[in-house]
Amino acid sequence: MPKGKLTFDHERCKGCGLCVEYCPQKILYQDKKTLNDSGYNIVSVSEPDKCIGCAFCAMMCPDSVIKVEVDK
Amino acid sequence: MTVKYEKTKGLTDKPLSYCPGCTHGIVHKLVGESLVELDILDRAIAIASVGCSVFSYQFFNCDAQQAPHGRACAEATGIKRVLPDNIVFTYQGDGDLASIGIAETIHAANRGENITVIFINNAIYGMTGGQMAPTSLIGQKTTTSQDGRNQADHGNPIKISEMFKTIEGVAYLERVAVNNPKNVIRAKKAIKKAFKYQKEKRGFTMIEVLSSCPVNWGMKPVDALKWIESDMIPNYPLGVFKDKGADDEKN
Repeated sequence: MPKGKLTFDHERCKGCGLCVEYCPQKILYQDKKTLNDSGYNIVSVSEPDKCIGCAFCAMMCPDSVIKVEVDK
Repeated sequence: MTVKYEKTKGLTDKPLSYCPGCTHGIVHKLVGESLVELDILDRAIAIASVGCSVFSYQFFNCDAQQAPHGRACAEATGIKRVLPDNIVFTYQGDGDLASIGIAETIHAANRGENITVIFINNAIYGMTGGQMAPTSLIGQKTTTSQDGRNQADHGNPIKISEMFKTIEGVAYLERVAVNNPKNVIRAKKAIKKAFKYQKEKRGFTMIEVLSSCPVNWGMKPVDALKWIESDMIPNYPLGVFKDKGADDEKN
C-alpha cells in the first residue's frame, strides 16, 4: 500500500519541474506527450506505489497543482 | 486517507500570473497558509507593490490595496493607523523596496509601525525585463550590466537585512530562502512568526526571502534554485537578524 496519494490539478501546471527535482523517491516525471490547455507538459507519477506522502512536491510547487493525501 | 497538503484557502482560485518556476508562487502560498493558520485571514489587508507582484491583490484571499512604486510601506502605515485591529502586510520586490521605496521602508521601520513586510529579493528587476537591481550581485549579468555588475561603476549590492538590523523599531527581521523543501519550511516559520508578532502589536516585522527569477537570470527553474544556493546565500547569509520577542524573554 502506498503511504501517499497525489492528485494533480493539471490545468494550473506550468511544467517548471520543481516537483520532479525535489521528489525524494524520484517517481514524478514530465509527460512530454501530454499538454494542458496552456500548452505546458503536465507532470505525472510513474510509480504511485512508492509515494511516501512527504508532500515535498506540493510544497515546492509554485502554482498549488498538487494535493497530497496520506494514510493515518 | 487524510489531506496532508492542498491549495491554501489564503489564496484565491485565480491562476498566478508568474512565469513557470518562479518562487513568488511558493511565497504566496506561505503567506496564505500563515494567515489561515493564525486565523487572521478575515482581517488581513495586503498591500501589493509595483513589479511582478503587482497583481498579488488578485491572489491573496483578503482585502488588498495596490500602492504606487515603492510606496507600499507608506500606504500600509496609513491603513494600519486607521484600522489598528487589522493585520496589514506589504508584499514587495527588491526593485520596489530596495530602490525607489527604500526611504518609505526605512522610515516605517524607524517609526516601528506595526506592519509586516514580505520582501522578495531575486537580485534583478523582473517585470521590466531583467535590469540591474540594487541587490544584483557583483559580476551578475543583467540587461543593464552586460559585462556583469562591477563595484567601481555600480557599487556593492545593498544588504537590506543587515541595514535594517540597526533600526530600533524593528521587532523581527529574518532572511530566508525558498530554494529547497528544508528552507521552505523555515521560511514558513519565519513568515508565521512575523504575523504573530504583528498580532501581538510588537512593531515592525520584515522577512527577506531569497527568491528566483529563472527567465531574467536565463536559467531553467531548477538551475535557478541551485544558483540561489551557490551564489546568493554566500552573499546574503540566512538567519534571524533581530528578534525582540526572544530578547525580551532573555532579559
